[in-house]
Amino acid sequence: MLEKFIFGNLTLQAIPYHNPIIMGAAAMMAVVGAIILGSLFYFKKWKWLWSEWITSVDHKKIGIMYLILALVMFLRGFTDAIMMRLQQALAAGDSLGYLPPEHYDQIFTAHGVIMIFFMAMPFMFGLINIVLPLQIGARDVAFPYLNSLSLWLSVVGAVLVNISLVVGDFAATGWLAYPPLSEIAYSPTVGVDYYIWALQISGVGTLLSGINFVVTILKMRCPGMTMMKMPVFAWTVFCSMILVILAFPVLTVTLGMLFLDRYFGMHFFTADFGGNSMMYINMIWIWGHPEVYILILPAFGMFSEVVATFSKKYLFGYTTMVWATASITVLSFIVWLHHFFTMGAGADVNGFFGIATMIIAIPTGVKVFNWLFTMYRGRITFTTPMLWTVGFITTFVIGGMTGVMLAVPAIDFQVHNSVFLIAHFHNVIIGGVVFGYLAGFTYWFPKAFGFKLNEKLGKYAFWCWLIGFYTAFMPLYALGLMGMTRRLSHYSNLEWHPYLIVAAIGAAIIGCGVMFQVLQLIVSIKNREHYRDKTGDAWEGGRTLEWSIPSPAPFYNFAILPHVDSRDAFWVAKQKKLANPHAITHPQYQDIHMPKNTGIGFIIAMFSGMFGFAMIWHIGWLTVAGLIGILATTIIRTFDTHTDYYVKTAEIERLEKVIA
Amino acid sequence: MTADTLTHHDHHHNADATDIFGFWIYIMSDCILFAIIFATFAVLHTDLYGGPALKELTDMPYVLVETMVLLSSSFTYGMSILALYKNEIKKVITWLIITFLLGATFVGMEINEFVHLCLEGHSWQSSAALSAFFTLVGTHGFHVFMGLFWMLTLVIQLLVFGINPMMRRRLTYLGLFWAFLDIVWIFVFTIVYLMEAI
Repeated sequence: MLEKFIFGNLTLQAIPYHNPIIMGAAAMMAVVGAIILGSLFYFKKWKWLWSEWITSVDHKKIGIMYLILALVMFLRGFTDAIMMRLQQALAAGDSLGYLPPEHYDQIFTAHGVIMIFFMAMPFMFGLINIVLPLQIGARDVAFPYLNSLSLWLSVVGAVLVNISLVVGDFAATGWLAYPPLSEIAYSPTVGVDYYIWALQISGVGTLLSGINFVVTILKMRCPGMTMMKMPVFAWTVFCSMILVILAFPVLTVTLGMLFLDRYFGMHFFTADFGGNSMMYINMIWIWGHPEVYILILPAFGMFSEVVATFSKKYLFGYTTMVWATASITVLSFIVWLHHFFTMGAGADVNGFFGIATMIIAIPTGVKVFNWLFTMYRGRITFTTPMLWTVGFITTFVIGGMTGVMLAVPAIDFQVHNSVFLIAHFHNVIIGGVVFGYLAGFTYWFPKAFGFKLNEKLGKYAFWCWLIGFYTAFMPLYALGLMGMTRRLSHYSNLEWHPYLIVAAIGAAIIGCGVMFQVLQLIVSIKNREHYRDKTGDAWEGGRTLEWSIPSPAPFYNFAILPHVDSRDAFWVAKQKKLANPHAITHPQYQDIHMPKNTGIGFIIAMFSGMFGFAMIWHIGWLTVAGLIGILATTIIRTFDTHTDYYVKTAEIERLEKVIA
Repeated sequence: MTADTLTHHDHHHNADATDIFGFWIYIMSDCILFAIIFATFAVLHTDLYGGPALKELTDMPYVLVETMVLLSSSFTYGMSILALYKNEIKKVITWLIITFLLGATFVGMEINEFVHLCLEGHSWQSSAALSAFFTLVGTHGFHVFMGLFWMLTLVIQLLVFGINPMMRRRLTYLGLFWAFLDIVWIFVFTIVYLMEAI
């Protein structure tokens, strides 16, 4: 009785001792964790970690922490991918491979969840945080404390997913946890509960970030920067964040109802008592389709910045780029049903959604031509970010065309839930989102850290990724047409086997790319003095405001707020040989109003994690404690009226001299 | 691009407009949250699994009284804001407490309605329609409950800080939230109670 009260449903049996793969992963995590903790103690860095990072409300530091989260989770999600490819390369005919089905099911679920929610989303928010305020000439985001809360809620979500590896299990339902399979009757373990609470907690963080950036863009642009003078990246972030605000409440409600079904015996999506599981599938895709545009739009923005910088030209068709982005934003809400044409909604409904889906190809095509025309007669330098961009344009167009094929309901009926679909969406997500974020990462890395990444290793990584991608996914298109369905842990059709071996080789080539990237980071950090960006304009062709200030940017970003009167303001200034603010001999500084660091965001997130874990294992007292903790911390913060301070003129003068 | 040294454009100086705008966007996202629950109710309200229709379970006059109580709480909140404009802190607090009591009455009446339904054997486990009913009405009720909690905090803060720009802003937020919940309730009343009764 007492045990049940203290630990809820949590028992020692929840830890899968018998599974060597999981225990191996757990041991790895323990070793890495121990090394980090040990070095924090050894070098006495706890105070530094707390006061410089955990409590920081500086958007640039928050961005860096998002990037670290994305990198760590990428390594886990990528390991899942390698495991799946290996299993499918082995488990043909009489061989059953090395993974039992229930473990394989968790792996493909975790792969999808991690890659979308805990790799792509933090990667996106990391780059937005680092770049956006600098691009629009702002000193911070609109709500710095909220920004820190968003970060830590994402971290807590990711931590819950990783805990599920060792304590209990993760959902074995696929990354969107379709009912009735995800209902308590068919998934009685805690797997789906981990899924629900990891996504609910990080989802709140995402929604708050969405609000934060929309307000930042609308209210905090520097003087003279009208909406149509904003860099295209800022526009794409704006549209993407509007999608976040519109779509994430839908995810919250959908997962909330699944939670009510599982915990309170309600019947929203159950197979009996009048429940309607197709409603879940509709609702999750009303969130899910905009979600993929939430990810891809900022990537489009990054390509636009990169392509203009390295072609040394204005972006071709700025206005059409903005309108294309806006129309994709609107259209993304009227295509969700193409994810389940086979539901049986009828020819008219399928026809409508099929055509709406095809229409999205038009604004996307506009963008592709804009990038091509920007490069046309430009003086192109093939740096790593530019390579990612060119690789993206070709790859994404192929992925887009298979997408238009899938938009035809008659074709979709043939290849629905086949690996053709898997090939399609990896084609657009790797070719679009991942290539985009990696282009942006390489491009803005010097702005965030003050030194460039090694170009040679970056190029090796790019070629491995590009070749590896085609090797891994082109066979899947063929396999899909041959009738192979997705999520198979074993198959008896031996004709598929050679294709899956090729796909596994492709994954290994991508793996080489990842290793080159890790090596690139190590080499560049080690030789950072050699790669140091001394001017602030690291690529020498910088066009937008972020390149007008030193790298890394001082914590107040702009000592003097810029005033712009054209697009690509920094480029224009350089063309006119106008001095940038730092060249002014006697600058007139004024006191700068800054928010103070606060640990409240971190503490609220920790209580949320406590609450989530307690809900998963039905630990009553801990649930209540978590909730009280969240509320009390929030309220305590509202009694604190000293949340900001001024950086004095003399201090700014001193800091600016040090930087110069 | 020129350095702008003359106009000191510091966002923290006109933070009010930015903050209230941010809060507005939050309210809009909450609006979508309710919209999806309404849509769910619209899909599921006839999936009774053999149970009685919703109109047989609800007591119209009772719900009408509930509605009036909530709507008048918005009026009293308005009175509190008027007193705020005149810097009359005692009146502000008095009207807030009256609003709190009305809100608490509303929540109490709703809980009472739920308890009765469950005791009669019509719980959220009975059918998909009732799951949707309890979730929609309950989500609104939960919002009101959180609003009450918030109101209590603000009353305490008024006693601590008095009337200052910060407290004016906070009372504006709660005012927006409270009015929003009234509007949502009007939809709940119409769609869940009135339209079911036809």
